Amino acid sequence: MTQNPNYTKYHPKWYRKRMPIFWWVHKWTHAKFILRELTCLSVAFYALVLLFQIRALTQNQQAYTSFLELLKTPVSIVLHGIAFLFLLFHTVTWFNLAPKALALRLGKKRVPDQAIKALNYIAWIFLSSLIAWIMLTI
Amino acid sequence: MATNITLEVLRYRPEEESEPVYQSYEVPYQKDWVILDALNYIKDTLDGTLSYRWSCRMGVCGSCGMMVNGAPELTCASFLEKYLPGPVRVEPLVNFPVIRDLVIEMSDFMEKLKRVSPWIIREQEKPLSDGEYLQTPAELGDYEQFSMCINCMLCYAACPVYGLEPTFVGPAAIAIAQRYNLDNRDQGNKQRLEVLSEDNGIFECTLVGECSVVCPKDVDPAGAIQRYKVVAAATWWKSLLMPWGR
Amino acid sequence: MKRNIDPFWWGVFGAGGVISALVLPVLLFLNGLAIPLGWIGAPHYGDLLSFVKHPLARLFLFGVISLSLFHWAHRFRFTLYDGLQLKHLNELVAIICYGSATFVTLLAAYTLWSF
Repeated sequence: MTQNPNYTKYHPKWYRKRMPIFWWVHKWTHAKFILRELTCLSVAFYALVLLFQIRALTQNQQAYTSFLELLKTPVSIVLHGIAFLFLLFHTVTWFNLAPKALALRLGKKRVPDQAIKALNYIAWIFLSSLIAWIMLTI
Repeated sequence: MATNITLEVLRYRPEEESEPVYQSYEVPYQKDWVILDALNYIKDTLDGTLSYRWSCRMGVCGSCGMMVNGAPELTCASFLEKYLPGPVRVEPLVNFPVIRDLVIEMSDFMEKLKRVSPWIIREQEKPLSDGEYLQTPAELGDYEQFSMCINCMLCYAACPVYGLEPTFVGPAAIAIAQRYNLDNRDQGNKQRLEVLSEDNGIFECTLVGECSVVCPKDVDPAGAIQRYKVVAAATWWKSLLMPWGR
Repeated sequence: MKRNIDPFWWGVFGAGGVISALVLPVLLFLNGLAIPLGWIGAPHYGDLLSFVKHPLARLFLFGVISLSLFHWAHRFRFTLYDGLQLKHLNELVAIICYGSATFVTLLAAYTLWSF
């Protein structure tokens, strides 16, 4: 039989166990992985909210004011609160994995993982402060 | 002080049964024994029909990989002391077909290993009279970590993506490909990239990260894959924006 | 060389991940929690509008929104594929994910450049 990588070999007596549909509930590391992946929903959620807020802003003052009122409702606060927690989880897991993708060498020595993580966190603090300062002084 | 420890081994005898079945063995406990010692004791004195692979018994051959209490381990490196008071569940490596007892079918991995061309590829071989290829310690350091792979396949057992999609090239194959890509003597980057950036290549990986956690040699295949993704993405843009380059 | 589009999607996923990790938390906290709950005062409408009118602000907001959506698209597509094993729907899921990200990107472009 020719080697065709798209088909895995089959033998009637070999035992193969199928992965269950909810394979990720059996191990905490897998569940944490799926939660990390699901943080993308909070990213999409807030990007959409931001878009709609900008849209209301560019329409007229009344549209913007009613959007601000919408943001004050309990449903919105709860949704934003949950999204914020997921977003923080996204940020932390993203920065902690950054050294895996970025292997830099300065001259002879490898840049240590902690340095790359630290750089990310510093950039985060700096950008957050900048944006907060802008929003508070507009 | 424990005198015995129970091992629950998943047996599978295809000529007798259609599903694997657990069988318990009571093994004497000794402080310096590993799971492999316990399995050898079973085979020597309790049940000679138990089938399993092992060789060097010191963590360099990669033959004795099995699931111990649900985690992929080298049985020659897992001390019984860690699993007291027992019982210890020993099963064949998951995500692979089981031929018999604790022996798995690994030709899928061997085929994938061959697919990534794990050897130095040169466009033009240097004649012997030119001498050796020179490499500084720093250049060696670039790929040394990935050369530590002993092909034990614990990473394949740990990778849920490989379990879901058996056509995925897998962590070890990509780490080994990186070992050659980052070697300054090698000129086969383009060839390997073609193989690995297609379907079932590196982009199937979603960075679960379990492969690096279970690797007994700290090869960090997850890191190798992420770095390779960056290279593949950069190469994609380069071939789009500067197609006249090589 | 048969060019696979996967490296491109992964690239935008990565860029979207970086930008959403750096910028979205503070924006969400201020606009979604701090201002509605009254912890800080809302910016004056006219000032905010003239700030957003600046081309750099428009470009920045467009980049944030578009890349965040593409980050979601790539990640969600794989989560459905691996998490729920929807393999037979792979093409459909990809079209829906990347398609909706493209749609919202176009919407964002229209919103940010039509005032």
